[in-house]
Amino acid sequence: MTTSDPVVRVRDLRKSYGSFTAVDGVSFDIERGETFALLGPNGAGKSTTIEILEGYRDRTSGEASVLGTDPSKGGLDWKARLGIVLQSTGESGNVTVREQLGHFAGFYPNPRSVDETIAAVGLESKQKTLIRKLSGGQQRRVDVALGIIGNPELLFLDEPTTGFDPEARRQFWDLIRSLKAEGTTILLTTHYLDEAAQLGDRAGIIAGGRLIDIGRIDEIGGADARIPLVRWRENGQLREERTTTPAALVARLGEVEALEVIRPSLEDIYIDLVGRHAAQEATA
Amino acid sequence: MIALGVSRIGYEIKTYFRQTDTVFFTFLFPLVMLTIFSVAFSEQSFGQDADGNDVIAANYYLPAMLAAGLLLSGLQNLAIDIAGEKSDGTLKRFAGTPLPVGSYFVGKIGQVLVTGALQAIVLIAVAGLIFRVPLPTEPEKWLTFLWVFVFGVITSAVLGIALSGLPRSGKSATAVIIPIVLVLQFISGVYLQFTALPEWLQNFASVFPLKWMAQGTRSVFLPENFEVLEQGESWNLPGVAIAMAIWLIVGLIVTRLTFRWIRKDS
Repeated sequence: MTTSDPVVRVRDLRKSYGSFTAVDGVSFDIERGETFALLGPNGAGKSTTIEILEGYRDRTSGEASVLGTDPSKGGLDWKARLGIVLQSTGESGNVTVREQLGHFAGFYPNPRSVDETIAAVGLESKQKTLIRKLSGGQQRRVDVALGIIGNPELLFLDEPTTGFDPEARRQFWDLIRSLKAEGTTILLTTHYLDEAAQLGDRAGIIAGGRLIDIGRIDEIGGADARIPLVRWRENGQLREERTTTPAALVARLGEVEALEVIRPSLEDIYIDLVGRHAAQEATA
Repeated sequence: MIALGVSRIGYEIKTYFRQTDTVFFTFLFPLVMLTIFSVAFSEQSFGQDADGNDVIAANYYLPAMLAAGLLLSGLQNLAIDIAGEKSDGTLKRFAGTPLPVGSYFVGKIGQVLVTGALQAIVLIAVAGLIFRVPLPTEPEKWLTFLWVFVFGVITSAVLGIALSGLPRSGKSATAVIIPIVLVLQFISGVYLQFTALPEWLQNFASVFPLKWMAQGTRSVFLPENFEVLEQGESWNLPGVAIAMAIWLIVGLIVTRLTFRWIRKDS
C-alpha cells in the first residue's frame, strides 16, 4: 500500500439480514489524515457500515479495504494499527482508569504514554478511581482513551460524545483536533451535526442503507441548499426569503424589525436532505 | 502471547477479588460448607481408621470440599465470568485489539490456578488448625494431591471456558451454570457418600469429572482403610487421571469449536 492509497476504500458495500438490507450499495474513500463523518438517522446503516470496516461483521457483498487489508480477514497486526471506540459498552469496570489503560497499552507494539492519554481525555483527577464508579460521560472518556492508547493510524469513533456535557464535548473536540494534527485518519459517526461540522473534513449522509450525499462539509447538499435566508418582521408578520444576494435584499429593506441573515448550518442541510429522501421513499 | 497472558493473570486475579459475589460463592463457599458440616456433625463418627480412631466430620468432608473447590473455582467461576464478559462487551472490546485469544485463556486459567490454590490452602489450613483434622505426613500423598489438584483445576477451568457459551446472556449465566454444578456435587460424592447412592446413579455420575476429582482427593485425606468403601474397593488413581484427561480433551475441543470473541452478525 502506498501513501496515496486511501486508508479506507468501500465499493458497493451491502449487508443483508434475511430480506432486510441494512446497507445497500455504499461506496466511499477516506484519505490518509482525513476526518470523515458518517451521518444519518438511527437505523440508517451507519453502525453496520462502521462495524464491517472494524471487522466485527462480515459484508454480504461489495468490496472493503481498511489500511490495505480486507477487514473480514484482518489479523492481530492489522488490529494493532486501529483504534476502536464502540457505540456502547457496559463492562463491570472493576479496575481503575490507570490500571485499565496500563493493561491495554501492553497489547500494542507502540502505545501512547498512559499519563499523556489520561491527560488527553481529562481524567487526571479520576485516574485512581474504579471505572464503574465514574459517571457515564467519564466512562465514555475511558472508552475514547482505550481507543487511542495504541497510537492508531485509523481511529473509529461511533457516537463518541453521547452523554458528554458541553464543556467535555469541547475538550473532546480539542483532543480529536490534536490527533488529526498528528496525522491520524478518523471515521466518525455522530448525531451532533455541530460536532461533524467542527471536526469533519468530509461527510457522507446515509439513509435507508444508502449514501444520499457525500462531499466536503462546506459543500455538502449542493450550492442550492446553502442559499442564505433573510428573515424580518413586517406589519407584525414574520417574513422570510431565500436569496443568493442577501446584502442587496437587506439594503432594500432598510431598517426593519427583527432582521436576521441566516446561513443554513450543516444541521439544516442534513435535516433537509434526510427529509427529502424520506419523502421520495414514501412516494416511490 | 505468554507475556501478555501473564499480564492478564495479574489483571484477572485483581478483578476476581474485587468482585464480592464471586469471592463468596466461589472462593469461600467450600470453606463455609466445610465449617457447617464439621460443626453440624461434630458429635458423629464417620468410621474408624486402622488404629481405631474415629474419623471426624471435618476430616470426612475436607477432601469433598477440596473437590467442590476445584469445580467452583474452575468451571463455575469461568463459565459465569466469561458469559458475563461476552454479554457486557468486554470480549467485543478485546476483539478490536491485538490481544491474542490464547493470552486471554492463559489469563483465565492462571487466575483459576492461583485462586484455586489459595482456596485449597485455606481449606487445608482451617481443617488442620481449627478442626484438628490429622493431615497426611507421607510426601507421596501430597504429591498425589498436587497432580490431582493441578490436573483437576485445569480440566475444570477448560470446561468452564467451554460451558461459557451455553448461557444466552450474562444475566442468565448463574441460573444456567449453578444448577449443573449443584447437581454434580450431589451425585458425585461431595455432599453425600458416593457408595451410598444407587448403583445406576453412581454409574451416571462416573461419566462426569467431579466424581473422579473427589475420589482423588479422598485418596489423599482419608485413612487407607477407607479404600474398600470406594467403587471397586480401590482409589483407582489411574482411572482418575484418565477421566480428567478425557474431559480436558472434550473441553479443549468444544472451546476450539465454539469460542469466539463475538458472534458475528448477532
